[in-house]
Amino acid sequence: MANKKLMYGNHAIVEGVLSAGCRFFAGYPITPQNEIPEYMSIRMNEIGGTFVQTESEIAAINMLFGAAAAGKRAMTSSSSPGISLMQEGISYIAGADIPVLVVNVIRGGPGLGNIAPAQSDYYQATRGGGHGDYFTITLAPNSAQELYEFPKLAFELAEKYRNPALILADGLLGQMMEAVEYTIAPVDPNDLPEPPYALSGCKGRERRVVRSYDLKPGRLEAWNFERQKKYAQITKQEQRSESTDCANADLIIVAYGTCARVCSAAVRMAREKGLRVGLFRPITLWPFPKDMLAELSAKTDDFLVVEMNLGQMIDDVRLATDCRKKIHFHGRPGGGVPTPPEIFEKIKQILGGA
Amino acid sequence: MKQIFGRPEGLTEVHQRYCPGCGHGIVHRIIGELLVKLEIRERTIGIAPVGCSVFADEYFNCDMIQPPHGRGPAVSTGIKRSRPDCIVFSYQGDGDLAAIGTAEIVHAAARNENITVIFINNAIFGMTGGQLAPTTLPGMKSTTSVQGRDVKKQGYPIKVCELLAGLDGPYYLERTAVNTPKNIIKTEKALRTAFKNQIEDKGFSLVEILSMCPTN
Amino acid sequence: MPQVKILEEVCKGCGLCCDDVCPVNILILSPDRINSNGYHPAEVTDMSKCTGCGYCFKICPEPAIEIYK
Repeated sequence: MANKKLMYGNHAIVEGVLSAGCRFFAGYPITPQNEIPEYMSIRMNEIGGTFVQTESEIAAINMLFGAAAAGKRAMTSSSSPGISLMQEGISYIAGADIPVLVVNVIRGGPGLGNIAPAQSDYYQATRGGGHGDYFTITLAPNSAQELYEFPKLAFELAEKYRNPALILADGLLGQMMEAVEYTIAPVDPNDLPEPPYALSGCKGRERRVVRSYDLKPGRLEAWNFERQKKYAQITKQEQRSESTDCANADLIIVAYGTCARVCSAAVRMAREKGLRVGLFRPITLWPFPKDMLAELSAKTDDFLVVEMNLGQMIDDVRLATDCRKKIHFHGRPGGGVPTPPEIFEKIKQILGGA
Repeated sequence: MKQIFGRPEGLTEVHQRYCPGCGHGIVHRIIGELLVKLEIRERTIGIAPVGCSVFADEYFNCDMIQPPHGRGPAVSTGIKRSRPDCIVFSYQGDGDLAAIGTAEIVHAAARNENITVIFINNAIFGMTGGQLAPTTLPGMKSTTSVQGRDVKKQGYPIKVCELLAGLDGPYYLERTAVNTPKNIIKTEKALRTAFKNQIEDKGFSLVEILSMCPTN
Repeated sequence: MPQVKILEEVCKGCGLCCDDVCPVNILILSPDRINSNGYHPAEVTDMSKCTGCGYCFKICPEPAIEIYK
């Protein structure tokens, strides 16, 4: 079966991006995602795409703005401090209603932090980390397979709604090695239709302008309300999640990415001891899968949110359950990674038994 | 009687908002003429800065984009690498290019990106009301150097052409002015060369144009 | 004989064309007329002297000048 390959999570992202027909990458080295630009530089050369190692993450996000405004699928990757630098650029891109893909392989923070895995950029990703009223469609893979499959989905969602999309990985997902099955039929970029806003030279048509400002009185307000309608549509139609064993659970764990993998093992340990525990794994962090979570909370009173931070997604869990449920929290900030026995202990504390 | 001088088709009909006597309009007119004379208007994409000419996307009669402050050379790189057949120009002021955008212009020049940069240097921050610019001369007054630029506290002005000339990358760097008809004619020649270089795939061209800010 | 036409509603009365630019010095800012934006537009004092050099057009930022020959 030549269709499967053992690879780094970071490499899986590259293969996924290229399968999606993206031929423009601009990025800057930062641990723990250096394998992405390194491998990308080789693969882009092989397939005749554009690879630019930029002078900074600021330059990278702005090169993306240019390439995407010119109608091309474009992506960058970075890690937490670099993503912070990109916030102004992302705000402009969202404000101009242009799609791009940004991958954040999160590391411990704040500040320089460390290079260990973390989930402490959840607020930054889901609350629109830059200035202004906007959101970025945010996907949270938890395996090399999903790291490979999600870029295509991210591009499709970004283009459907003309909005930036984010994939949140972490240092562990980026560095681990797993088998990836090549499930995507590679997209030929020449088959992608030219978007209606694409800057390509005004021959034979009216000239186009890509901008994020409007100073005429009332116009920016109206534009923001239009964008809000877009976000309402995304929230209604694009929530994604995965539930395991939640149907008759006394306790539902809510976790994404690496934490979901760890908690999945803890849930098995708990079930073996007769404890009725389930796992709810958000796949879209924005829009947060609040509808499914609200449904699940009809039958369960206790939730355990597990995050590699001091508690960020927990706010969305409280909101989704109307703050009416017992929401427990287990957090490992600053690069800490929980283990299944650790979570199992917490489950026992909550449910009292075994 | 036929018209020998008039508003070029490379400019839109929109009434430009610049202050009376501002140099921006002169350079806009030259670029508008070149887009037509060099027959590139329909394949040109222009990048407006942040500054007084943030509204340039309304004035040039071609595809335009308005990105964050100082990032024009990066955005130009993204566009040019994606659409190499298009002519890409980045129009920037002295705050945009020589303050916040220093990294971007240096690296675009070092990479010898095949783009045309028009750098309007009026030695002041116009849009925000007249603060010190990286190109403000020693002794020149501004709202953040009311006694005149003190080199001990505020350093020396940056000479952008000389700075970039120290790199191996850029192909063409030129400084001109638009304060007299003779200088305007030199600017016309320099900009023509800068655009032709891109058409002929020769590499990075930048024309620094000393301009007037009558308000500040 | 060249004709200079000032687009009076476009003119911002900056005076660049009047200051030592015209080789035959036939441009001034109108002393008594103003346009609807409140500017004194430029005007030609003696069209017969115009050489059609185009210097006024070149220095006009708008451009608010058209020249015919």
